[in-house]
Amino acid sequence: MAKKINGNNILLLITFVLFVLMYGIGCVIYADKGFTHLQTFLNILITNAGLICVACGMTCVMLTGGIDISVGSLIAMDCMILADGMSNKHMNAVTLVIMVLVIGLVFGTVQGVLVSYFDIQPFIVSMAGMFFARGMTAVINTNQLSITQDVSPLFYGWANAKINLPAFLGYMNKKGKMIPPFIRPSVVIALIVLVLVFVMLKYTKFGRILYAVGGNETSATMMGLNVKQTKMFAYILSSFLCSIGGVLYCLNTMSGSVQQARGFEMDAIASSVIGGTLLTGGVGNVIGSFVGVLINGTITQLVTTNGKLLSSWANIATAALLCFFIILQSIFALIKERSK
Amino acid sequence: MAEENVLITMRDIVKTFPGVIALDHAQLTLRKGEIHALMGENGAGKSTIIKCLTGVYHRDSGEVHMEGVEGNIFNRNTMDAQNIGIATVYQEVNLCPNLSVAENLFIGREPRTAIRTIDWRKMNKQAQKLMDDLDIQVDVTQTLENYSIAIQQMIAIARAVDMECKALILDEPTSSLDDKEVEKLFKLMRQLKAKGVGIIFVTHFLEQVYEVCDRITVMRNGTFVGEYKIEELPRVKLVAAMLGKDVDDLAAIEKSEIDPKKAETLLTAKGLSHKGTIHPFDFEIEKGEVVGLAGLLGSGRSELVRCLYGADLAQTGTETIDGKELKIKNPLDSIKAGMAYLPDDRKADGCIAGLSVRENIIIALQARYGLFKKIPMSKQIEIADKYIKELNVKTASRETLLGQLSGGNQQKVILGRWLATNPKLLILDEPTRGIDIGTKTEIQKKVIELAKKGMSVIFISSELDEMIRTCTRMLIMRDGKKVGELTSSETELTQGVIMNAIAGGEK
Repeated sequence: MAKKINGNNILLLITFVLFVLMYGIGCVIYADKGFTHLQTFLNILITNAGLICVACGMTCVMLTGGIDISVGSLIAMDCMILADGMSNKHMNAVTLVIMVLVIGLVFGTVQGVLVSYFDIQPFIVSMAGMFFARGMTAVINTNQLSITQDVSPLFYGWANAKINLPAFLGYMNKKGKMIPPFIRPSVVIALIVLVLVFVMLKYTKFGRILYAVGGNETSATMMGLNVKQTKMFAYILSSFLCSIGGVLYCLNTMSGSVQQARGFEMDAIASSVIGGTLLTGGVGNVIGSFVGVLINGTITQLVTTNGKLLSSWANIATAALLCFFIILQSIFALIKERSK
Repeated sequence: MAEENVLITMRDIVKTFPGVIALDHAQLTLRKGEIHALMGENGAGKSTIIKCLTGVYHRDSGEVHMEGVEGNIFNRNTMDAQNIGIATVYQEVNLCPNLSVAENLFIGREPRTAIRTIDWRKMNKQAQKLMDDLDIQVDVTQTLENYSIAIQQMIAIARAVDMECKALILDEPTSSLDDKEVEKLFKLMRQLKAKGVGIIFVTHFLEQVYEVCDRITVMRNGTFVGEYKIEELPRVKLVAAMLGKDVDDLAAIEKSEIDPKKAETLLTAKGLSHKGTIHPFDFEIEKGEVVGLAGLLGSGRSELVRCLYGADLAQTGTETIDGKELKIKNPLDSIKAGMAYLPDDRKADGCIAGLSVRENIIIALQARYGLFKKIPMSKQIEIADKYIKELNVKTASRETLLGQLSGGNQQKVILGRWLATNPKLLILDEPTRGIDIGTKTEIQKKVIELAKKGMSVIFISSELDEMIRTCTRMLIMRDGKKVGELTSSETELTQGVIMNAIAGGEK
């Protein structure tokens, strides 16, 4: 039997082609500004390492048909805990990171329990979470704090550690010296998270139940699957991955402030949607979300490389893309309906 | 009563819903290696007692015992029931449309590799084998939504069967299956029976009961009427037991006559078609005529009416109603032209469970008036009460939520909804599927009564005898085409004649 092409795979393919296309255009237009260097691509990864983690968690929640809009505020809180802890309370970076991760788990458990066992709308629960985390950020400290080398040499070290890739991938600088491309440890962590979540979704019972719940919750219950527990764990996972993302984000910004990561949750949702995850649940995967993050990053990169454009153009481009993908998803759904 | 071989006993089961006693000291006994029919009218409590057993509902009181399980069993959810060996297939397909067929079969108990991850290759292989064994032709790696409801139902059954179950509950599994598929299912049921599995079989089809079952438990109004061996209970007595009255009613309907007024044509369609589902067809219906559409599942019966009604947009052809040309872009156009359509999938397409009976009846009429001309409450109550009475809807009150009514009563409410709009043309797609004989008869009578008043009706049903009783003319559908027409005046409409026409052979 010939394998029928799945509409969802086409969406993923389109996302990927679009990314390649966008990046390719960037390479052609801004070749003189270094867009063709591998390092530009790696910088996108470095800047967005946090977003990759958050988008992975968001995808898991969206697969169940839910949503978690608390992630942006949670990141701000994480960053503030790290910055405040290091600069004002002189705490050890390792202790603080562990603390942040534990807070993520607790935060997620509360949200998960409310959503699954108290049957409250995920939007409302995570909105409460959003206000709470943003409020707590201000309670901890209202100032803009930066993490410098003096404050925590260890954390500073993590942030500035370079992992060099083979030199032949690099480029010649003006003095004729080969500069090897590099990534930061945060990228490695983000990619490990990505792979782990991918494997979890595809190859574990928990992962598949996430899809089942999003496909039809009643059916999933009737099939004897533990729907409530699964939903709860989805939110715990989201907040936990968000906390990992928060640490990575902090390594990139090296600061904490109340206004940080505003709208970050929307970036994560947008990345997932562009990557083919349906808001109604049951369809999507993290590879798509990863490509979604890359597209997001590429748009920003294109705008900054241009230098003359207002940075808000990046938002407008994202908006256009979102529309494009949502319409595309609808068209595929319609075609499927028609062909029945 | 110490009886050997007993698998499950349920005694004195009581379950109440707000305002309704659904089960009143009901009981059920299932033995090993038997197929046990559970029969009763709508609202008799068949589904409720089963849901109490499988943990979907929690009983108020009563005892459940099962062989090999200690004490009084109380299943909190379906997982508990599965763990002690009770597998269930419900009338509505309870699978996930977004997952592959193989996953739907194995989710929750997937084969694992050495490192505890899901072994997809093994799972697909086992699934394919399972499907091949049951003679169901599917590609198990495809997502479920690519397949028809009937095949989905077979997959749901396969899932239940493949689990090592001691008791298998089939809650009206055959209502979306065609004859051939039913045959496959019966074969499977007999195999399981030989292995010692106890099967509870809920159905409305009497023929099926007498074909496969060993014993019958009859329920009425939430109470236990009796348990009979199949050979001790002839059909008439079974029906009488279910209805609690004699079967004169049933006989009466068969003698009903309809005089189609030959004079006026209500609706004509020329060359209507919808790509992929139905070839161009011509259609005509006169005032006061009941036209039946006969054919197998997927022959284009539903597709034809969906096309007429505008639920699927016709790509070619024209339609006229009362001599005026009709441009139908969506169902609202056809509602305004005086059509009413009762779809076959009432769960998805018609029933608004969260609204009251009154609101459900009023809603189509309100849509016709427009959103801003609210029908006064006194009028609403009057209309609602009229149809509750006329259609004999069993409900606690007119403000009861529709979701709390049994399937047959929901169907009556939706019928009432469309009758309230006083349509010229009423399209009924499987109006009697999954409902009991008593209600079936009532609906058939109602259809004939309406036709006598001059309403035109298009009637689709998988049950030929029901069509023979109600229709004056029958169109035969096959593979998306109209292939023939039978009129009661020309030939005598018998099951044999129609089946021959459907099959398309002269044999």
